[in-house]
Amino acid sequence: MSAIEPAVAAPADLQIRGLAKRFGGNVEVLSNVGLAVGKGEAVALIGANGAGKSTLLRSCLRLIEPDDGEIRLLGEDVRALKPAALRRLRARVGFVFQRHNLVPRLPVLSNVLHGALARGAGPRAWFHELAPRALREEAMSCLERVGLAALAARRADQLSGGQSQRVAIARALMQRPELMFADEPVASLDPAAGEEVMACFLELIRRERLTLVFTTHDLRHALDYGDRVVGLRGGRVTIDAAAATLDLPSLRSFYE
Amino acid sequence: MSEAPRRFERPAPLSFALWVLAAAAVIASLQGIGFSASGFFSGLPNMGRMLGEMFPPSLERTGPVGKALLETFQMALVGTIAGVALSLPLAVLATRHLSPHITVYHAARGLIALFRTVPDLVWALFFVVAVGLGPFAGTLAIMVDIIGFCGRFFAEAMEEADRGPQEALNALGAGRGAVIAAAVIPAAMPSLINTSLFSLEKATRSSVVLGLVGAGGIGIELQVSMDLFRYAEASAIIFAIFILVVGVEQCSAWLRRRLI
Repeated sequence: MSAIEPAVAAPADLQIRGLAKRFGGNVEVLSNVGLAVGKGEAVALIGANGAGKSTLLRSCLRLIEPDDGEIRLLGEDVRALKPAALRRLRARVGFVFQRHNLVPRLPVLSNVLHGALARGAGPRAWFHELAPRALREEAMSCLERVGLAALAARRADQLSGGQSQRVAIARALMQRPELMFADEPVASLDPAAGEEVMACFLELIRRERLTLVFTTHDLRHALDYGDRVVGLRGGRVTIDAAAATLDLPSLRSFYE
Repeated sequence: MSEAPRRFERPAPLSFALWVLAAAAVIASLQGIGFSASGFFSGLPNMGRMLGEMFPPSLERTGPVGKALLETFQMALVGTIAGVALSLPLAVLATRHLSPHITVYHAARGLIALFRTVPDLVWALFFVVAVGLGPFAGTLAIMVDIIGFCGRFFAEAMEEADRGPQEALNALGAGRGAVIAAAVIPAAMPSLINTSLFSLEKATRSSVVLGLVGAGGIGIELQVSMDLFRYAEASAIIFAIFILVVGVEQCSAWLRRRLI
């Protein structure tokens, strides 16, 4: 009788093999990184500053061009994609940034609408004033899901840090994403706001059954919200284990 | 007690020579322009007589002067709006990270530099030959001058716009046009408005002078009055110009406060 494979239950949404990136000629930020993320899985990426966490996330969407290796994301061979196909793939992936990256002088609603640019919504998604009713309503419902519908008309640069990151999450939801990347989503927030935003974010991720890869410096977040924890050190994967098998002291020792 | 540093360093021979050269250049230039203190002082009575004849300003030609003044303002307004409108796409091409190709970038930069370095009066001479005497030639000259001015500052504003929101829109698959319209231009907007209003002020001042080469506006009126020694008329025109320039500056300051 053949052994039953203890394999990943669902096909992998993200599969990385032998990924390498060098900056400025010779500084190796990522070297021979391998990683597989199953559908619906939440993976926490940890590692010291400069370990290559952000570079890894950005490489998956070619916001940074990797030098070597293979990336399969949602069934696409990322490095082989032509510009138009790459844009279509990016559209299917939400990306939440540490600095939120809202357009500061535009109202919240316009910022959320920008998520629809992913779906080729065209110039009418540049500003909420121009958008068709269906898009505006969808954007409002995305804002409701992060609890900020009341602030739709406010300018993005007049929000608190926590509010601003929630709007960025709403923008990502507006993409109707199949997978979500988050690069230290709450590192710029005070601890209370950070907990609140993280809880709201993960609640949405779970409800939508989205695959998630997030980087964090908060080891408790990694254990609480990650199904798996992947540790990077000097551009290499040195931990890859189920969160249930890890605890805080063992993760802390990883930084030493 | 330890010694304080010397009050003055002994200059190095090379820098001393450079100072001497610079001083020689200034003296030679004074000679070159025929500078003469006595000429200035003996000219003072002339100036006084002229000022005397200027007052009271003559209001006889209020009608034609008013019409020329309006034309001057119209030249400035249309020239500025056309210049600003054309500057925007040119500035996008002249912004390194937004330009489609490095050769396009250099071509756009070169064109802007050409427009900026050739003085507006020269453009006016050129357009007078091309489209004939009159305000249309002046308006084209203003437009080209404004493209040279705005193109440069718009490109700088776009270059300095925060890259974060641009990266975010790139990351969600927006095309170049959408990134420019929805992230770059909103971020650069205060600077764009400021530069545009400043160019309107600049255009108003230069449209006064363009009349001197026959490119329309009030300049020709002023020149005729001065040539005919009608100083009272000239002073009325100068006063009208003053009102126009100050008025435009006040309006633009008010708009600036409202819009930014």
